[in-house]
Amino acid sequence: MKTLEEINKIREEKRKELDLRINTSADTREKHILVCHGTGCTSSKSTQIIENFRKIIEEKNIENVRVIQTGCFGLCAKGPIVIIRPEDVFYAMVTPNDCEEIIEKHIQNGEIVQRLLCKDIDNKTVQKLDELNFYKKQKRIALKNCGVIDPENIEEYIAFDGYKALEKVLFHMTPDEVIEEISASGLRGRGGAGFPTGRKWLFTKMAEGDQKYVVCNADEGDPGAFMDRSILEGDPHCVVEAMMIAGYSVGANKGYIYVRAEYPIAVKRFQKAIDSAREYGILGKNIWNSGFDFDLEVRLGAGAFVCGEETALLESIEGKRGQPRLKPPFPANEGLFGKPTLINNVETYANITKIILNGAKWYSSIGTEKSKGTKVFALGGNVNNTGLVEVPMGTTLREIVYDIGGGIPNGRDFKAAQTGGPSGGCIPKEHLDTPIDYESLQAIGSMMGSGGLIVMDDTKCMVNLAKFYLGFTVDESCGKCTPCRIGTKRMLEMLEKITEGNGQKGDIEKLENLAVNIKAASVCGLGQSAPNPVLSTIKYFREEYREHIDFKECKAGECKALMKLSIDPELCRGCGLCKRNCPVDAISGEVKQTHIIDQEKCIKCGTCITKCPFHAIKG
Amino acid sequence: MQEILGKYSKEKSNLIQILNEVQEYYGYIPENAQVEISEYLSITMAQIYGVITFYSRFTLKPRGKYHIAVCLGTACYVKGSEKILDRAKEKLGIDVGETTKDGKFSLEATRCIGACGLAPVFTVNEEVYGKATVKTLDEAIDKIMENPE
Repeated sequence: MKTLEEINKIREEKRKELDLRINTSADTREKHILVCHGTGCTSSKSTQIIENFRKIIEEKNIENVRVIQTGCFGLCAKGPIVIIRPEDVFYAMVTPNDCEEIIEKHIQNGEIVQRLLCKDIDNKTVQKLDELNFYKKQKRIALKNCGVIDPENIEEYIAFDGYKALEKVLFHMTPDEVIEEISASGLRGRGGAGFPTGRKWLFTKMAEGDQKYVVCNADEGDPGAFMDRSILEGDPHCVVEAMMIAGYSVGANKGYIYVRAEYPIAVKRFQKAIDSAREYGILGKNIWNSGFDFDLEVRLGAGAFVCGEETALLESIEGKRGQPRLKPPFPANEGLFGKPTLINNVETYANITKIILNGAKWYSSIGTEKSKGTKVFALGGNVNNTGLVEVPMGTTLREIVYDIGGGIPNGRDFKAAQTGGPSGGCIPKEHLDTPIDYESLQAIGSMMGSGGLIVMDDTKCMVNLAKFYLGFTVDESCGKCTPCRIGTKRMLEMLEKITEGNGQKGDIEKLENLAVNIKAASVCGLGQSAPNPVLSTIKYFREEYREHIDFKECKAGECKALMKLSIDPELCRGCGLCKRNCPVDAISGEVKQTHIIDQEKCIKCGTCITKCPFHAIKG
Repeated sequence: MQEILGKYSKEKSNLIQILNEVQEYYGYIPENAQVEISEYLSITMAQIYGVITFYSRFTLKPRGKYHIAVCLGTACYVKGSEKILDRAKEKLGIDVGETTKDGKFSLEATRCIGACGLAPVFTVNEEVYGKATVKTLDEAIDKIMENPE
């Protein structure tokens, strides 16, 4: 247990000690080796890297060097990432075998290991993180501490203004003032729908009930999205603190966080954050003698996309099948165990402490007229810099894909980007300059969604993409209401028919008609948005659907049944790349001569199409 | 089983937490575990069965010694993970959700494991294979087949 005075003292001392993390001219002899320990980098052996560093430092008996695990730096494509502070040197794609060289050259001799520096898209070698194009247009608010602090060390969080917002709220603000501040900031729900956060808090506060709950939705089900996971892995305390502030404002003393069990690192770090907050007397009874009680509990999801829908999530916390409830009553009035409940998404919470500390005015100065602040996106698919990015609202898609993302690999063209996952829609080339905010995205038939942003190049078939998403929703439909359960299945069947070359005239219209009805008649957000990927691909790529139906042709070469691969003798230079990469040895040909595909052997996997540097293979 | 149950109070809302632990411990949810949970929490077997079959993480059959999970999240899908899955089915002669007769391999198509930066991705037990190709999969399976233990 620590008193408020003791916490403030820890902050002051630790802040001095950790100044080198954010200040390149910090006056210190110490060096910190920061190693990304998010899921992406951990998958490529960053745990081993940390161990190796520690072992070498111990063996060589080097003083004043610390190795710290941090959350995600964002540039997952170049992972595992190692950063040395205070000089802020950034090493990419480090392997456990590189540790010795880094220690010997860099730490001991102050010499930079050139070969591990990162090459930017324009082929310039970059030494510092913020010199990368990837970071130039970003603004980190929700991800402020990710990659700076050790997420498992509460004192490091405290050092960077941690739990200061809680102190401000408990001792200097009334609940109404807090809600007023959040409302004035213009913050809207980052889960996708964009409901004003302040208003949600107000509704829960006004609801009558002896017991109220605060819930954090960390059931990040959108395949291809990992913003919430990265926040929980990189800065779990900021969510704990924000949930406490929410609890104080709406009058709740108990909180639940619902996390996917597929995120073991996030679960472990959040649990650890709760434990250390309890140990420091930040969670518990009569916190800092303010009279406010609050405690938190982690609940695990078990792999059901629909549980990201707020009422289904509540059912699941109660231990039941995650089937959505009818609304109204809204959770603000009748939520968890029938009590008034506030539910916000992880990223929404991650903004709260910053708004309290810097003021609503500061926050609302960022972004567009109706969408304030920043948004975190998980950038993936056919783009050079895959990873986690945070940009001010109003940034255009072109800036995200080209300036930050570094464009499309292999010299291919941009075809479309999907936002909002299975509930969203695709954005074609002609809308690349659309500013990203809630209204603009909706106007072009997509949605903000939770933050998945998948880029697709011109080898992707949009009919097949729609089929993929529909397959997902059919799997994940909970089965409670008929339009979603049966309707999406019928749509999937039609799409399968089309991609297999059995499409008939009128199928597009049938799909559209069914889509509109499913949207109108489904109980929850899953069903109401499930047809969106189909509608938006039809809207922008109707021609492609027609080619599949009328000419039995898939120009992108993804629909196998419609595909017959051939090599264009005009373009083939006989480099042999296709031959070497073919998994079934179906390609033959001499070097520098046109190669031929044996149609009998070919399994139409398309590997040769992606490998051919001259785009000579056509499906 | 008693050890797992002992960690939780008898509140019905603990069901999913308990099932998660059982799944983790046994690799599936055996019938006798369901009976014990049913008695402990006073929930009917039918309700427990309903919950188990609703969530994709819970399985009623044991998994293979080597559990291969190919990610079919959007980022991986766009980068061609379906081809990897097709190859796995072909090579192992089983469909998604099945286990080979010798109990050695089982196959799963998962949704996003969150390593989208490394797409396409598949996992063999805990090990993650990033930026994978059909060849990576072939090699991983061959390696296991060649070294029986």
